[in-house]
Amino acid sequence: MAINEETVRQVAKLAKLEIEEESVHAFTKEMDSIIEMVEQLEGLDTEGIEGTYHGLQQHNVWREDKAEKGTDREELFKNVKTRKDGFIEVPEMFENGGSEA
Amino acid sequence: MDFMDYTLEELHEQLVKKEVTAVELVEAAYARIDATDEQVGAFLALNKEEALKAARETDEKGIDPHNVLSGIPVGIKDNILTKGVTTTASSKMLEDFVPVYDATATEKLREAGMISVGKLNMDEFAMGGSTENSAFKLTRNPWDLSKVPGGSSGGSAAAVAAGQVPVSLGSDTGGSVREPAAFTGLVGMKPTYGRVSRYGLIAFGSSLDQIGPFTRTVKDNALVLNAISGHDPKDSTSFEGETPDFTEQIDQGVKGLRIGVPKEYFNEDAKETGVIESVRAALKVYEEMGAEIVDVSLPHSRYGIPAYYIIASSEASSNLQRFDGIRYGYRAEDTHSLEDIYVKSRSEGFGLEVKRRIMLGTFSLSSGFYDAHFKKAAQARTLIRKDFDTVFADVDVLVSPTTTSTAFDIGGKIDDPLAMYMSDILTVPVNLAGVPSLSIPCGFSNDMPVGMQLIGNHFDEQMLYRVAYAFEQATDHHKQKPAFKGGE
Amino acid sequence: MNLEPVIGLEVHVELKTESKMFSPSPAHFGAEPNTNTNVIDWGHPGVLPVVNKTAIEFGMKAALALNCKIASHTKFDRKNYFYPDNPKAYQISQFDQPIGYDGYIDIEVNGQTKRIRIERVHLEEDAGKNMHGEHGSSYVDLNRQGTPLIEIVSEADIRSPEEAQAYLDTIKQLIQFTKVSDVKMQEGSMRCDANISLRPFGQEAFGTKAEIKNLNSFSYVKKGLEYEISRQEKVLNAGGALQQETRRYDEATGNTILMRTKEGSSDYRYFPEPDIPNLVISDEWISDVKASLPQMPKERVARYVDAYKLPEYDAVVLTATVEMSDFFEETVRHEADPKQASNWLMGEVSAYLNSEQVELHDTAMTPKALAEMINLIADGTISSKIAKKVFRELVENGSDDVKALVEDKGWVQLSDPSKLLPIISDTLDKNEQSIEDYKNGKDRAMGFLVGQVMKQTRGQANPGMVNKLLKEELDKR
Ligand SMILES: [Mg+2]
Ligand SMILES: [Zn+2]
Repeated sequence: MAINEETVRQVAKLAKLEIEEESVHAFTKEMDSIIEMVEQLEGLDTEGIEGTYHGLQQHNVWREDKAEKGTDREELFKNVKTRKDGFIEVPEMFENGGSEA
Repeated sequence: MDFMDYTLEELHEQLVKKEVTAVELVEAAYARIDATDEQVGAFLALNKEEALKAARETDEKGIDPHNVLSGIPVGIKDNILTKGVTTTASSKMLEDFVPVYDATATEKLREAGMISVGKLNMDEFAMGGSTENSAFKLTRNPWDLSKVPGGSSGGSAAAVAAGQVPVSLGSDTGGSVREPAAFTGLVGMKPTYGRVSRYGLIAFGSSLDQIGPFTRTVKDNALVLNAISGHDPKDSTSFEGETPDFTEQIDQGVKGLRIGVPKEYFNEDAKETGVIESVRAALKVYEEMGAEIVDVSLPHSRYGIPAYYIIASSEASSNLQRFDGIRYGYRAEDTHSLEDIYVKSRSEGFGLEVKRRIMLGTFSLSSGFYDAHFKKAAQARTLIRKDFDTVFADVDVLVSPTTTSTAFDIGGKIDDPLAMYMSDILTVPVNLAGVPSLSIPCGFSNDMPVGMQLIGNHFDEQMLYRVAYAFEQATDHHKQKPAFKGGE
Repeated sequence: MNLEPVIGLEVHVELKTESKMFSPSPAHFGAEPNTNTNVIDWGHPGVLPVVNKTAIEFGMKAALALNCKIASHTKFDRKNYFYPDNPKAYQISQFDQPIGYDGYIDIEVNGQTKRIRIERVHLEEDAGKNMHGEHGSSYVDLNRQGTPLIEIVSEADIRSPEEAQAYLDTIKQLIQFTKVSDVKMQEGSMRCDANISLRPFGQEAFGTKAEIKNLNSFSYVKKGLEYEISRQEKVLNAGGALQQETRRYDEATGNTILMRTKEGSSDYRYFPEPDIPNLVISDEWISDVKASLPQMPKERVARYVDAYKLPEYDAVVLTATVEMSDFFEETVRHEADPKQASNWLMGEVSAYLNSEQVELHDTAMTPKALAEMINLIADGTISSKIAKKVFRELVENGSDDVKALVEDKGWVQLSDPSKLLPIISDTLDKNEQSIEDYKNGKDRAMGFLVGQVMKQTRGQANPGMVNKLLKEELDKR
């Protein structure tokens, strides 16, 4: 087995997905066969090879620092389910202090 | 008006001569959709009112005689954003999502005068090879309604193959334009990575995705690629270099060209021998036209499938995290906390295949597995890319089958994800290398179209169109039409 | 057990660009919620980031000011985590190739200089803001989302809350001199997290650390670290073991509160950002940026001592902030005597800023006006007493032409003997007794007479000149 049920649960947690308890076993088996397939790469010697992480090898692409007016707020809020005034409303977060910039 | 009887240039000529109007073309598209889409299932959304309005305006303004695409109807894959027109990527997650901006490709089509008639079905978030993973409907292959049209751009392929539109846009991350083009007897282009802006294309595998056209003929295809190519300041990964006219060298013939035949792409043990036979016959045609056929090797392509599934899934796992039920998209009912919104919305909003890929990608990026999975796949990708660089030092173009079989039965692979993944074996190395590739019809096997894949060097789409055009001129596979006309 | 704190700080500094790090929406917040945002900031499907070149250069400037090396190859990475203020559910940051690395700053604690090494300076985007409201809801404003940030990570070289404060002071000072940020903790353009562990003195290995978040003022940093030192000490001295954890400073109590333990920590699944091509930074570009950097405080101190002959003490005080330092230099450029300019800035000006709780740019005074005033004192046009009035006028209302101002206001000092003599004669005529006292050697008489003349001129007479002329006249009588 390349992956067990515990790992599947952990990965689902990271991905914010719920795998129902009764299907964890079957899902794990399926994931296992997929992971076994991708682990064919183990047979490839990649010693000293740089990875390719971009589709095109081009560099230093940027824009000049010019500000443009934001998107109309009402347009942005058209797809928002819950709002209060100009804010997006979400359930209170227990982990205080905001994001981890 | 039957789109299947005309090339874009012929339609254009009729428009210029006022033998037909843009309104008539758009009406013809909707009439054909009315007649056939109940069975084919290509379209998810139609925007008839806006399309007719645009057509009327085009007719009033008069057709620009220098703009061959002006007034021509087009269908757009539903992962390419269309402002004000629901764009779902065939996911329940985006069932009611109305974009507030246009994709650059959408904008460019409009600037070229094309008229979008609606949005085309696909595998959810472009994950799949049969369009069976759509949350909304099944799309059938017009050549045989019991078979899949391929995927993920199955709606885009079926719509052109059924004569509903003369042109459509798809997207190709691992073969999603070429495989459906092969399955439906069309010309489908996956341009060089960076040729077409990805701005407004709902990202799947960001380093692999490219938008490309489906057409019935090679030249039509080059004309549409002309319209959507070019550097976009909104997409830093779009190519900063010049965009040539892709039709410019199209009729130069293949005499003296060196056509590479990668031995790894010809599985002589394949169940369906008709595919390889058709491609071998096509190679004979090229030889007779004066091309030199050269055996070459792309030894690392055998690692294409594992490398591709790791890289595409990893990127997708990150790209699809924004679908969290907060700012847009599906939100589960009856949630009691933020975590609840996240987990329930995502679990209910995404389909099974999307979840599989997210799980695989999350796993491949997670600490402890990153080096053996994601990094290793990125290194394999380098080796695969280098193989292409090496052969293109020696040959002008590569030829292989696009797929190992013709279109398979609906339901045939859907319960076997691995078998489905293997359908991409001949197309994914191209995306990993970033090179352009074109699938063109080259014959029939089991009464279904066979696709031939032409692969070119980076930014050498001109060569692909030239080689493809020579074959098209010498043969009449592209003139075959499915018997299905709808209505039964 | 005698325990030594080992502290490393992570400082976030917002860069003062016009537009955001990866999108063209305005990088100023404080506007109506969600008005300075666009589809990119909202992480709409299909959007792509495009790097702001100025943000890259600002990052380079900051890194150079902190004596960092600049990476010749650098790139962006995705840091994945879900949070409502993080719309894409990944932050674009830099993981293994920060733009700056291997830097240091020298801090001053109790008269001792200590070098604190800087591990890295990397570029990233800020998150939006969550307002914690009532009724079980929070409210998200994405105006701040995408503002360019640099994160400055120190080595664990800091050994006390005092050193931590001095480190922050110095970072603030240096970044301020580069002018890439306002670096104001109270406004959130500078924010600090701390890693702290304890170990027995002499032990090499680090103890188990805690990360403290939300140390968003200089005093919180000190209080939070002090609290954390005593908390960890108690556990260790009682023979207990610490666990690696993230804690939050609570402003109300001054305590730190457990947020999560290592087990509950996120796996950020960093990977190279496929949407942004790598950056290649040439030596030429680095030297161009270096050349564009304003002079740093240390060099300015040396120059003030050397070229302006200022005492080192003055030079250090004047370079505490870039605003003061620039103001001083500009004043000297308008031909004020450097020592006089320094005296005014360190004396009256600082006292005014302190008492009014404002900064130089909040006043109406320009360096040119200050220089003019100093020169009017030097040439005797105004007295130093009147100068205080002039100064008040300059900070409150300003002036383009101080000479005209003092003439208008009738503040010009009377030094002309032909104008003073009649007044002096008149005063002497009216004060026979004082003349007598003077002749009898009573010193107070002279003072009285000067006072009378000043009174007659409503304080405008030049006291030196009055003295001199009075003496001459008295001797004649
Ligand atoms: Mg950090
Ligand atoms: Zn940070």
